[in-house]
Amino acid sequence: MTDGDAILVEGLRKEYGTKQALSGLDLTVPNGTVQGLLGPNGAGKTTAVRILSTLLRPSGGRARVAGFDVAAEPDQVRHRIGLLGQHAALDEELSGRENLEMFGRLYHLGARRAAARAGDLLERFDLAAAGRKPVSAYSGGMRRRLDLAACLIGSEHRGGPRVLFLDEPTTGLDPRGRGEVWSAVRSLVEGGTTVLLTTQYLEEADQLADDIAVLDAGRVVAQGSPDALKTRLGADRIDVVVRDPARLEAAASLVGMAARAAEVSRDTDRRLLSAPVTDRMAALAETVRALEAAGIEAEDIALRRPTLDEVFLHTTATTAPTAATATAPATKEGTA
Amino acid sequence: MSTTRTRPPAPVPAPAPLPNPGTVLADCWTMTRRELVHWRRRPVQVVMNLTFPLMMLVMFVYFIGGGMSIDGYEDYLVPGMFALTMAFGLESTMVALTQDLNKGVIDRFRSIPMARSAVLVGRSAHDMLQSALGLVVLVLSGLLVGWRWHGSPLEVAAALGLLLWLRLAMLWVGVYLGLVAGRPEMVQAVQILVWPVAFFSNVFTSPSTMPGWMGAIADWNPMSATARAVRELFGNPVWGGGTWAAEHAWLLALAWPLLLLAVFFPLAVRRYVNMGR
Ligand SMILES: Nc1ncnc2c1ncn2[C@@H]1O[C@H](COP(=O)(O)OP(=O)(O)OP(=O)(O)O)[C@@H](O)[C@H]1O
Ligand SMILES: [Mg+2]
Repeated sequence: MTDGDAILVEGLRKEYGTKQALSGLDLTVPNGTVQGLLGPNGAGKTTAVRILSTLLRPSGGRARVAGFDVAAEPDQVRHRIGLLGQHAALDEELSGRENLEMFGRLYHLGARRAAARAGDLLERFDLAAAGRKPVSAYSGGMRRRLDLAACLIGSEHRGGPRVLFLDEPTTGLDPRGRGEVWSAVRSLVEGGTTVLLTTQYLEEADQLADDIAVLDAGRVVAQGSPDALKTRLGADRIDVVVRDPARLEAAASLVGMAARAAEVSRDTDRRLLSAPVTDRMAALAETVRALEAAGIEAEDIALRRPTLDEVFLHTTATTAPTAATATAPATKEGTA
Repeated sequence: MSTTRTRPPAPVPAPAPLPNPGTVLADCWTMTRRELVHWRRRPVQVVMNLTFPLMMLVMFVYFIGGGMSIDGYEDYLVPGMFALTMAFGLESTMVALTQDLNKGVIDRFRSIPMARSAVLVGRSAHDMLQSALGLVVLVLSGLLVGWRWHGSPLEVAAALGLLLWLRLAMLWVGVYLGLVAGRPEMVQAVQILVWPVAFFSNVFTSPSTMPGWMGAIADWNPMSATARAVRELFGNPVWGGGTWAAEHAWLLALAWPLLLLAVFFPLAVRRYVNMGR
């Protein structure tokens, strides 16, 4: 590992009984970057986060966070991380302020500094008005914001924790709450914090992550920048919207031939055909020519990169169909 | 928060503070305080916890004692009830711990650099405080139903000390069982199983009136040892006796909790530390 790596994971394994949750996970996250961890339900995202944040012991392999081995030097790691777990890690009976003050004291800030910082964080996360209410009375979004504030209370004086783990930080939040979490994460990254983010939302990984690792059945099945992933795993596609629905089938076979694609997906509602292409320009030119020759009118013809949804479905296609339902495909497509 | 720096500095040599006794104590106190704040949020439960022993006392003194029509039964029973309540504290510790462990907040406690011991020590400090308060209520209730002590203030203090000593031991048994059970379902099994243990003791009647083997169990029951020892210290009647265990009740009242602690304290700590395995 180099000094530039905030997280280094090598051959990490975790078994629950006979169940393999992680089967040889490898991952390197450079300092100051945001690593997205994408995967269907049960892929092992939470298990990875729990091992890296010292909550769980790995069955094999090794992991270093902020320069320290998570199994051998957990306390060193704990000084340098923040953890936003999949479920809120708060005392429901205490008020928001009491929670933050308690965690501040446990980070040994001293009572006065803990109280002052709790006040600042409540302001910053727009919770000042609810600060004295018990957390059990908070909405999901308020809880998540308080949870995030709790991640920061111990180390904000050093510019945020060195490494922040976010396990599905915006699941269950409305768009406004999601935007708030995103901007908080961005400002932390500006301050130099490294972030490991797991998510079910491809848009979220696309928005925040410098690099995405797609996890399936406990190992990385694809990795790269959002752009690189799209390029490598899905070929570019050509989309054709046909004016006359009756000509859709005829158009489909023409597009298939022109693009040299094995399959053309059809969305009859939107009169949309979509096919992967290898040679972008040739495919475009030939499609236009073939449709014109056949007298089929096209409303729109476009070349586009695949969406992350398509990448995700493609790379995790080996798992149970729950993988597909976990994602919300941006385009509705019936496959031929 | 600094936004001028876009790259983090090279890893600073670890400022890893060794667990210093001051911060360990501070962490334990923070965790105890957390429990005390909970009292404010659930006053009904606190009142119920404190009045439950009073209810039991009234029931046993008037229904069972009344039925047996033994003179001065309350002088025999009340100290026994003290010991019983202390031993049953095991349940409340276990329940509270399993509930706590099933909450997400434990994950945060385990992921921040606080003293590892503070969660369990905070739990036990709080439970001891609660039990001490409960014992005061129980003593007052005892006086209310006609029980009196005849020992010197020092003997009374020693009796209260022995009772809390038993409570401390049962507390760590409860912590261990709570950690092992993990889920609230297991708690019910324990809540049922404590009753036979309570009846195989000298709390309600003298072991000398029980069939041989049952009497022997009752004689050696840790709860019996404490009950008999505090009866002697309070200057209340002790029935039966003659066996070695009965004659050396005070010794057993010291040794039993010590043994339980020696076994269950390390077991519980190890179990907690290894929770992530
Ligand atoms: N405590 C446990 N005991 C047994 N099996 C477990 C345990 N925790 C997780 N698993 C299993 O390990 C696998 C990985 O689980 P994990 O929670 O890491 O997945 P995930 O990617 O976070 O899923 P999700 O998107 O649903 O949160 C799953 O098959 C899960 O059933
Ligand atoms: Mg998960």
